[in-house]
Amino acid sequence: MSTTELHVHNPVEDLLRQDRIPTIWCPGCGIGTTVNSFAHALLGQDIDLKKTAIVSGIGCSGRVSGYMNLDSFHTTHGRAIPFATGLKLANPELNVIVYSGDGDLTSIGGNHLLHAARRNMDLMVVCVNNMIYAMTGGQAAATTPGAANSTTTPYGAFEPELNIPQIVDAAGACFVARWTAFHVMQLERTMAKALKKKGFRFIEILSPCPTYFQRKNNMGDGLAAMVDYKKRSKIKNGCPTWETVLEPGGEIIVGEFVDREREDYLTRMRRQLGSNYTEFPPQMEEHESEGCSKEC
Amino acid sequence: MHADQRCVLTGTHFINGDAACCEGALAAGARFAAGYPITPSTEIVERFAARAPKVGGLFIQMEDELASSIAIQGMVWAGQKSFTVTSGPGYSLMMEHIGLAAISETPCVFVDVQRGGPSTGLPTLPAQGDMMQARFGSHGDYVTIALCPNSPQECFDLAVKSFNLAEQYRVPVMFMMDECVGHMTEKVVIPKADDIALFPRRHASKPPGEFTLFEPGPDLVPEMAHAGEGYKVYVTGLTHDKRGYPVLNADAQRELITRLFEKIRRASDELTMVEAEGLEDADVVVVSYGITSRVAQRAIQMARDKGLKVGKLRLICVWPFPEKLIRELASKVKALVMPELNMGQVVLELERCAGGQCQVISVPHPGGTVHKPAEILEAIERGAR
Amino acid sequence: MLKELRIAGFGGQGVILAAHIIGRAASIHEGGYATMTQNYGPEARGGAASAALVVSDQPVLYPYAVSPDILVALSQEAYSRFVGEVKEGGMLLVEEDLVPLDQKAQHLKVYGIPATRIAEELGKKMVLNVVMVGFFCAITRVLSREAVVAAVTDAVPERFRQLNLSAFDRGFQYGVDLLAKGAVTEENSVAVPQESEV
Repeated sequence: MSTTELHVHNPVEDLLRQDRIPTIWCPGCGIGTTVNSFAHALLGQDIDLKKTAIVSGIGCSGRVSGYMNLDSFHTTHGRAIPFATGLKLANPELNVIVYSGDGDLTSIGGNHLLHAARRNMDLMVVCVNNMIYAMTGGQAAATTPGAANSTTTPYGAFEPELNIPQIVDAAGACFVARWTAFHVMQLERTMAKALKKKGFRFIEILSPCPTYFQRKNNMGDGLAAMVDYKKRSKIKNGCPTWETVLEPGGEIIVGEFVDREREDYLTRMRRQLGSNYTEFPPQMEEHESEGCSKEC
Repeated sequence: MHADQRCVLTGTHFINGDAACCEGALAAGARFAAGYPITPSTEIVERFAARAPKVGGLFIQMEDELASSIAIQGMVWAGQKSFTVTSGPGYSLMMEHIGLAAISETPCVFVDVQRGGPSTGLPTLPAQGDMMQARFGSHGDYVTIALCPNSPQECFDLAVKSFNLAEQYRVPVMFMMDECVGHMTEKVVIPKADDIALFPRRHASKPPGEFTLFEPGPDLVPEMAHAGEGYKVYVTGLTHDKRGYPVLNADAQRELITRLFEKIRRASDELTMVEAEGLEDADVVVVSYGITSRVAQRAIQMARDKGLKVGKLRLICVWPFPEKLIRELASKVKALVMPELNMGQVVLELERCAGGQCQVISVPHPGGTVHKPAEILEAIERGAR
Repeated sequence: MLKELRIAGFGGQGVILAAHIIGRAASIHEGGYATMTQNYGPEARGGAASAALVVSDQPVLYPYAVSPDILVALSQEAYSRFVGEVKEGGMLLVEEDLVPLDQKAQHLKVYGIPATRIAEELGKKMVLNVVMVGFFCAITRVLSREAVVAAVTDAVPERFRQLNLSAFDRGFQYGVDLLAKGAVTEENSVAVPQESEV
């Protein structure tokens, strides 16, 4: 029997750049699991994959864009969202998904996250939160919970963790959800829903990093993390985001927290511009900032 | 003075360099821009924000210069021409994305209206202190093209040229204005749209499946495909192969980086853009760029009135540096004099290329205003001795 | 012919537009060259506004006005700040209701006009800058009347064109009358206090 006969075609394969597999991710890492849910969500939708682009920053999760068989953009550290903003503005037909990690999106890129949510830029942002800087070898992140150990916090971190859904909600995102790498079916459904929605959509996914976060904090391997997520998770759809803080060892509140309607940036721009948009240019006046031409 | 469909404001105007730069960008076909307010560059995007929507474009004010300098690259990969505009501290923040544009061969234009520095320095006064930054500011090895206008007219003409060069060579082009040129108002003649030559995007000539994103063309410049066209492009800031896939080893690095250098090196004759006068029998040649070249011209006239044989060489394109031209010149003259509104930046390259064949006299100036012609005259006289 | 001039006043008087009109007249309608520069920075926010022009029949090389041949001062602060840099024997044009002169003006040829009052008579105080441009045109004779009128026409929106042209005419006529009165070159048209009086 040859190996080809054994091969059963998995529809997800079409969405992956097969010539890039295997991935760089460690055994037990949750990123691949999230990608599986994402691929299924994409396939289950009536979405033109030719018009779908994926943008990442830097880090382990930043490699997701490069494994997807879409228009893939692997940008600089923290700047996936502004790149994606440019892509969307210059071609509004595109479905633009940002897929990156917690450090990339919320720390070095935190400002962009806030402002894209505030603008309600029509982007879907997936944040894989492994609570640590993994690509660089296990340093503390803004999301490292409590006093957890990392290579840069050998005595434990001295600062509290960021509650990402709360800030994204406060900044104005129209959709905010959180799942863990254990909740593959729920995640797929939420992603499918978010893909269809317009505006700034944000999904946080807790994901184990057995190589750094779990090991540094004696939390076992990837499987142990799944058991832990199962045990500690509590589904609370519509939960106020100020209650979604991730306390070490405490409850992990998951679910779809925010789902509201808000005019997205481009829609609002077109509405406000009205006849000032795409019209044959009228006569230009070279006015000065002062002088009679303005005040008269 | 009606602008046409191409948004070219054909006619004779009395506008400042910032406004002229904006008109140049529009005439070059740029419809999208991102930026963050900073003196003395903001007038460019203020005007663009008013003009662009009328031709289906837009300006977005991003949260900072980091965001602006990468948003424009998203715009380019979506199929548009795009640029960002900044000064001083904002230019420093953009450095990382100049590198990204260089390695991903994203054609775009960075406009830097130079002001006095370092740090916050002199926000409303001119300098030319970012010239080395324009060449070497981002980490790693890369090459860019940098143009320096010396009048509002050139802010228009060379803005168009900047976009054309970006498309032709697929590099980020640094449009190095300065506060004086940006805020100075003079007559600007904008030609008819049909008389403005544009270099079109080198779009993929093969269909998806047959096209390799970073396959170099005969001039080492690859063709480009955009998001949403079915090519499934893969663009990364990592060292990559012809498909765009990351390959993290020395061989891939050698192949990519040497090509990025070589595509510009091969074009060095075409990129030697200078204004020369009286070089034939000159004892001394004043080499300058940007606003300083106008003051140098005054000094040259004063020196000629005194009977000195002085030539003028104005660098319109500073990077790549016109190495061959300078080598030849240095073998024929007594001295090269270089005034610049910094403590001596481009003069280092001048000295290197002169290679000891003649005297090289730097006329540094910390900025805040332009040189006094007498300062340059004094250097000319020293060189002629 | 190379003339340096400075127009200064306070924010809202339209000094930038006035300089713009003169520069436009020189470089576009007169076929010469003009370079206009402005003061920016904190000092240019709100309070003082100033613009300088270098006008020539040759391309302008040095962009700034170093020692103006002509200063147009529309406020007392502008006068105090810039009168010292005017070339010996240069011209000073002032808004005479707003600029009290002192001995610093005694080596200059001084011409005054109540530009604000004239503008108010026209119904819009804001056109005082164009009144001043008309006055400038008549007194200095650096530029032809036709060129400046064309520049005024270009530089203001259509609906304010007539008003601005009237403002120009009033300023111009005031200048012509002043010169006819004999307050030409030797005598100052505005009394400049002597050292002892100050």
